[in-house]
Amino acid sequence: MERKIVLEAKELTRKVSSPEGELTIVDGVSLAIGAGESVALVGASGAGKSTVLAMLAGLDLPTSGRIWLDGRELTGMDEDARARLRADRVGFVFQAFHLVPSLTALENVMLPMELTGRSDARQAAHEILQRVGLGAREGHYPRQLSGGEQQRVALARASVTRPAVLFADEPTGNLDTATGASICQLLFDLNREFNTTLVLVTHDTTLAARCDRILTMAAGRLVT
Amino acid sequence: MSSRRAAVLLGLRSLGREWRSGDLAVLFIALFVAVAALTGVGFLVDRIDRAMQLQASEVLAADLRLTSPDQISTTYETEADRRNLLHARAAQLISVVLKDEATQLTNVHVVTAGYPLRGTVRVSDRPFGAPQAAQGVPAPGECWPDSRVLAALGAQVGDVVNVGAAPLRVTRVLISRPDQGSGFVDLAPSLLMNEADLPATQLIQPGSRVRYAALFAGDRRAADSFSLWLQKNKKPAERLGDIATISPEVGSATRRAGRFLAIASLVSVLLCAVAIAMTARRYVQRHLDLAALLKTIGASRADVLWVCLTQLICIAITATLFGSLAGFGAQFALLAVVGDLIATELPPPGFMPVLLGFAAALLLLVGFALPSMLRLARVPAMRVLRRDMGPPPLGAVLAFVPALLAVALLVMQVSGDMRMALGFVAGLGAAALSLMAVALLLVAGVARLRGRLGVAWRYGAANLARRRAESVVQIVSLGLGLSALLLLTILRGNLVDDWRARVPQNAPNYFFVNIPTQDREDFRGMLSADGGTLSRMLPMIRGRMTQINGEPVAARRFVDGRRGEGLAGREQNLTWSAEIGPDNRITEGHWFTAEEAGQPLVSVATDMQESIGLKLGDKLTFDIAGETFETTISSFREVQWDSLQPNFFLMFPPGLLEGAAGTWMASAQYRPTDPGTIASLVRRFPSVSIFDMDDLLGQVRSIIDKAVLAVQGVFIFTLLAGIVVLLAAVQVTRDERRYESAMLRTLGAQRRTVVAGVMLEFLLIGSLAGIMASAAASIGSYFVSTRLLEIPFRPDPLIWIGGALGGALLVCIAGYIATRSALLQPPMSTLRYG
Ligand SMILES: Nc1ncnc2c1ncn2[C@@H]1O[C@H](COP(=O)(O)OP(=O)(O)OP(=O)(O)O)[C@@H](O)[C@H]1O
Ligand SMILES: [Mg+2]
Repeated sequence: MERKIVLEAKELTRKVSSPEGELTIVDGVSLAIGAGESVALVGASGAGKSTVLAMLAGLDLPTSGRIWLDGRELTGMDEDARARLRADRVGFVFQAFHLVPSLTALENVMLPMELTGRSDARQAAHEILQRVGLGAREGHYPRQLSGGEQQRVALARASVTRPAVLFADEPTGNLDTATGASICQLLFDLNREFNTTLVLVTHDTTLAARCDRILTMAAGRLVT
Repeated sequence: MSSRRAAVLLGLRSLGREWRSGDLAVLFIALFVAVAALTGVGFLVDRIDRAMQLQASEVLAADLRLTSPDQISTTYETEADRRNLLHARAAQLISVVLKDEATQLTNVHVVTAGYPLRGTVRVSDRPFGAPQAAQGVPAPGECWPDSRVLAALGAQVGDVVNVGAAPLRVTRVLISRPDQGSGFVDLAPSLLMNEADLPATQLIQPGSRVRYAALFAGDRRAADSFSLWLQKNKKPAERLGDIATISPEVGSATRRAGRFLAIASLVSVLLCAVAIAMTARRYVQRHLDLAALLKTIGASRADVLWVCLTQLICIAITATLFGSLAGFGAQFALLAVVGDLIATELPPPGFMPVLLGFAAALLLLVGFALPSMLRLARVPAMRVLRRDMGPPPLGAVLAFVPALLAVALLVMQVSGDMRMALGFVAGLGAAALSLMAVALLLVAGVARLRGRLGVAWRYGAANLARRRAESVVQIVSLGLGLSALLLLTILRGNLVDDWRARVPQNAPNYFFVNIPTQDREDFRGMLSADGGTLSRMLPMIRGRMTQINGEPVAARRFVDGRRGEGLAGREQNLTWSAEIGPDNRITEGHWFTAEEAGQPLVSVATDMQESIGLKLGDKLTFDIAGETFETTISSFREVQWDSLQPNFFLMFPPGLLEGAAGTWMASAQYRPTDPGTIASLVRRFPSVSIFDMDDLLGQVRSIIDKAVLAVQGVFIFTLLAGIVVLLAAVQVTRDERRYESAMLRTLGAQRRTVVAGVMLEFLLIGSLAGIMASAAASIGSYFVSTRLLEIPFRPDPLIWIGGALGGALLVCIAGYIATRSALLQPPMSTLRYG
């Protein structure tokens, strides 16, 4: 089955300066990911997974190389343009749940839609919270929720805009096995339901195995 | 723009939570105190300022005073009526007043009902009796002579005296008029009578010397516009006096007080600015994650900024609102204290200070909070994945330029003085930089000590050294705050000393004018027999400047238009002397040498030099009793008018004017043994006018008292602002401290050890800041005293001890209160909820 390519990277290199001189932390990574595909990025700690993820999402720019997301070249955009593109087309789930502590669960989910000016933000947020099983906790603040519940809210926030690509960096890293598994289930369910492309960084082999494709990194290079 | 709306909404939604976290609360308190200080002082200074203008009006007995050698047309009064201004007439002539054989040359003041329009006439029921405010003016057929006239005539209240041809009954004794002047010119014995009796005196003859005056008063704006109208429509011979021509001695003390108040209020504002900058730093630190997250989910840099801006603006508005209210209340509290001292009624508070307060709040935020907030917009979105990714540090330009600009604008707005503004900002910058350098050295020094001391010491000193940058910021901020407080303390001491030293001890309390040349020695003898000491005796000769460098004065255009004209054109008092008083300082040229006696030279006061535009070697021609003298300017003198000694704009060398008819004036420190002595002095030297300075001194002293009390009120704000800085300093390190304390206690440290360590750190910070502040304040006050206030500097060694102890104590107390909850919290709850 030939899929439309939503995410493509060519010869990504990222160098950083450190006290010991210049370090190449990502070296010549090229990849192409199709619409609706789920991809796991695995590798040892320090291999450069998070760095690649950040560049693919436009959070960081490569030192050299080019990236296209949903047909538009990220590498030519300025910071605000990339942010706008993320608002429309990208969702995020992190290891540390990164909810806004001063907003309720509902308001947290509404935030990305408000940033793009959607008028039905409240309704959409309400529906998706129901969908992740937190309909009754809408008015609660992050502090009043358990880790798993917080991650569900984060997941709801990431998928409520129906993003083309959903990035997740160790989404289950802070959770116990059972909770982690249920979050994973939800992640794949949403991926299928909304036909969202899923790019997942994980140390969890069972989680990686559920993906369509596994990319392995070592010392900044793609080894598969 | 929809994203803008979301940003604003987010800012508003998080407001309550932010408030509870403490940053916004400290920010609010800082702005609140700054606005309260500015508006409180602003309201008060504004009102006292206007009251002082009113006091100056009293000297004129009106807001506007038109004088003329000819009868003044009544068209002005018609115009004044049209403008809803009050008016009255007053004429002054010199005449002999008689009773039986006795005669006395008297200054006769002829007034209409309504006089005086400003100030009060004081009268008594017996000569030299206790004064009370007069109701109205003498009725037709009556007159109010002063004690000296009565003493000279041997008359009593109830007697009839003749003014010219008119018999008038004495019903009161005149003690003082508001417009009797402090120029010591028309201080001959005087008498007040009603204009209705003027024709009957038959004193108005062709050639008789009469000065007519029309007085006007009313609403400030109406008076100002009428003043302009009069300037256009008056005849050339008519002179207009308004409150700009206040007596120099009152002006200089007031100006100094005003400057001091301005500095005092600005220091509070400055301290608050420090607190704002510190709080803004922490606010930014705590919002880095949020900013990164917002960017990750699609917010632009501007959106991120708007979240903070929304909160800042909310805080600014509420702080201004409550700050102005507090300032308004503080002003009433201050007034309740100084109320009795303010003789005149204060005009109602104006609205300007509130606007100034709001502008200042915005300025403080833009200068001290916004630059840090801009960093927030520059947090890389990457931070969501790598917590150690922060925004690039604030560039030096962004960190300091807006802050310095804000301070400069504030200083300029408040003090209205560019030179002072620049000096203030330069001094501040220099102080901050040197404090920073010294603080770095001190922290490094403390770090070396830590190995040799106990556990608590080691922990405290280690904290200080480990957070070196933070410690330096804290020490510098506290040091700046403390040095401002100490600076003010030293300045206040110096200023009060200066006032005390200058006014009551050295100032003469009596002036004697019109002492005939031949009676000079007798007079001196009689005065010293009663314990009086003459402090200065100078001849007084009437003369008029006619030409400047051969050019007629009347044709000349002056540097300082109206004042120059007044100083050059009018008939004035001239003097000659071989000596120059200590209250005169030669600025250019040299004082008359012994060889220059009798040469046609003149020494000019710098005030006159500036308003007329004169230089050394210029030729001034005088008409003295019909004789023409051409003189060359050989020196300029800066005269310290508020020494309250007799001083003259123009002084000549001895041997030049001795031929001209003149009298002498003298100042003396004199406590008459009983009131009768004055009367016998008057009888013995009937032509001598006696002027009791206690009245004027009382006025000056009350102004000083007002200023000192107002300053102390302002001090309260400064103190509050200092505490706000402490709060901010503790708030900045709060989270970290809480975490550390929990860690240490989890590792088995006793609560006592942890608290002792933290207190030790505060102790170090406080005393280091205090010592540095003492040094900075001593240096700063030296410059402010000598350069700005022009008063002698007196160092205060107690400041050093007070600075170090006070700093340590304040920081320890505030630190303890602010960190107590964090330190004493059970470790589990902290480690779990971080
Ligand atoms: N800005 C930076 N400056 C210096 N070193 C960096 C920077 N960003 C990443 N690195 C280094 O590059 C390497 C790759 O980092 P990255 O976070 O991508 O690893 P990772 O594969 O996600 O590891 P983990 O599984 O532990 O999350 C690491 O050694 C990291 O320390
Ligand atoms: Mg990683």
